[in-house]
Amino acid sequence: MDAAEFPVIRKLGRHAPAISPNMGSYTQERDRFAWEPARTALRTGSRSGVNIAGVALDRHVAAGLGDHLAVRYIDRDWVRTDFTYDSLLRAANRCANALRGIGLTTGERVFSLLGRGPALHIAALGALKAGMIFCPLFSAFGPEPVRTRLELGEAAVLITSDVLYVRKVALIRAELPKLRHILIVRGPGASVPADTHDFGAMLAGASEEFATVAMQDDDIALLHFTSGTTGKPKGVLHAHGAVVAHYLTARLALDLQAEDRYWCTADPGWVTGMAYGVIAPLTCGVSSLVDQEEFDPERWYRVLAEENITVWYTAPTAIRMLMKAGAELARARSYPGLRFLGSVGEPLNPEAVIWGLEVFGQPFHDNWWQTETGAIMVANFASVDIKPGSMGLPFPGIDAAIVRRTADGAAEVILEPSTVGELALKRGWPSMFRGYLNNEAKYRECFAGEWYFSGDLAKRDAEGYFWFVGRGDDVIKSAGHLISPFEVESTLLSHPAVAQAGAIGVPDPVSGASVKAFVELRPGFEPSRQLRQELLAHARRRLGAAVAPREVAFLETLPRTRSGKIMRRVLRARELGLPEGDLSTLEGGA
Amino acid sequence: MNDFSAAPNAALDARVLDLLVGVAPDIDPAAVRADLDFRDQFDFDSMDLFNFAVAIHAAFGIEIPERDYRQLTGLAKCVAYLRSRLPQL
Repeated sequence: MDAAEFPVIRKLGRHAPAISPNMGSYTQERDRFAWEPARTALRTGSRSGVNIAGVALDRHVAAGLGDHLAVRYIDRDWVRTDFTYDSLLRAANRCANALRGIGLTTGERVFSLLGRGPALHIAALGALKAGMIFCPLFSAFGPEPVRTRLELGEAAVLITSDVLYVRKVALIRAELPKLRHILIVRGPGASVPADTHDFGAMLAGASEEFATVAMQDDDIALLHFTSGTTGKPKGVLHAHGAVVAHYLTARLALDLQAEDRYWCTADPGWVTGMAYGVIAPLTCGVSSLVDQEEFDPERWYRVLAEENITVWYTAPTAIRMLMKAGAELARARSYPGLRFLGSVGEPLNPEAVIWGLEVFGQPFHDNWWQTETGAIMVANFASVDIKPGSMGLPFPGIDAAIVRRTADGAAEVILEPSTVGELALKRGWPSMFRGYLNNEAKYRECFAGEWYFSGDLAKRDAEGYFWFVGRGDDVIKSAGHLISPFEVESTLLSHPAVAQAGAIGVPDPVSGASVKAFVELRPGFEPSRQLRQELLAHARRRLGAAVAPREVAFLETLPRTRSGKIMRRVLRARELGLPEGDLSTLEGGA
Repeated sequence: MNDFSAAPNAALDARVLDLLVGVAPDIDPAAVRADLDFRDQFDFDSMDLFNFAVAIHAAFGIEIPERDYRQLTGLAKCVAYLRSRLPQL
């Protein structure tokens, strides 16, 4: 994907921003940028106090914006439920009181396993207000990823729905002795399972007055699990001070302005949905839309048109699915208010950037960040020319570089343009993660001197634009979700027929990559279509459809090192017909 | 009165269920309720729906535009859609 193949999209003349962006000149903003003024302006309670929920809600209500629409939810039947800043504040207060009422204290961990609905916002903001640590889980996870995360995160409380409880929690509950309470969001007509609480009734019975707890910048607010290559999922810890980055990146990289109607399509079970679906738009005082239904092209165009969305933040997989559905479907409606399109989750191919221009009159603006960075770090901005396929320029307060690791573990900055290396960020930005849960050593490994290593390979061109090249490890990125090959392999290994398993991502035109697993069978088992289906079913039941492999292949022996480690690199090379590289450590020689 | 439409209906249901299970083998075909959407009964995401549409395309030899995927989200809907596209079924 050469830049030359896809002309630069100039932000002058025809493609100039429709209204004046928050950031006019990138270079001027970079020169004068500081986090400090926003940090001071966003204080909660005292001169050193801060609370993400205080910035998201109390600040606006105190400023007289209580009647402004905060969030609108649209359900399957297109029934709208609206929360103003004032009504969301009062609901969150009730939640904070209810959590206190069952004995929870500051610093304890509140988990959610919920679809996109009001309960998720209320749970997150209520827990944050009370100084508890909030951890959202993706509702499409199967019981096994749910159990692992609740256990590692030492969840004290889980807030979930009656349906998800029965499908995913009831069976694993006995294995989670530290989980003290389960709060159930009841669907119409549903009853509350034994040994759980009715979340709705708790809210109704709680006071709507609550003094938001003033936390310190470094106090932990959020826990997000992300996938590693080996071992269990990593619990990424974020602090209340991160809200300064949520606020400023939403203002400058997504160009959120007071009257915007904003739609972030990410699920709050993942970091994007929490940071930019829940927190950031509220900190900016804008109106957010939440579609409770699953992806459907016609429905999405209806949301954009009827809700008069102005800023839309979505993901490459969804954009590519819309492209497949055809431009005519998009053109059947008009979107006069739409003025900024953003994309995140995996690199956005140049065709998709340009497709935005063709059907919406706006290009998609790709940006890059990860769970560990907590906020957007590299972005295409409203006022800056786009090189389609590039992730853009570093956020004004961020120093990014391409580095290589030297023999002694230090970072050496690569100055030569367009040379592949690891994308690194100068440490110290407000939303930088504060640790991996119970794994200080792993946290330290991410840093050398003043640099944070992202694990992503990239290059920087002569004009300073960054281009994504690939992951530096074996983690699979499918439909924007980071999937750990280890978690997939462990689940397959729990089936009696499987002796060895290796999972890789294979390129998929829609989802970016889909998970393919290779298995070696135990003696007495023979490859068959039936066994393949059985293994897929086994994995889907435990991991959930979003994480489980879409394909399983049988191999006589899996390639492994002499020490017995499965060489995913070789599996990948064989699958894609690439050179297998240095096989000298391969079992049996090369 | 004999209902002659029952037999071909059941056969078409079975063909569709077979394709469904091919995409999501964790589904027990006997437990599928025809009137409900798949995703309200099982863990069935949008990539599954996409793969299911591809499987139907391959099995029945019809082009299925993406805008029609929403008609494939449940068993009864899907069978009705196939009948509308292929009246000979």
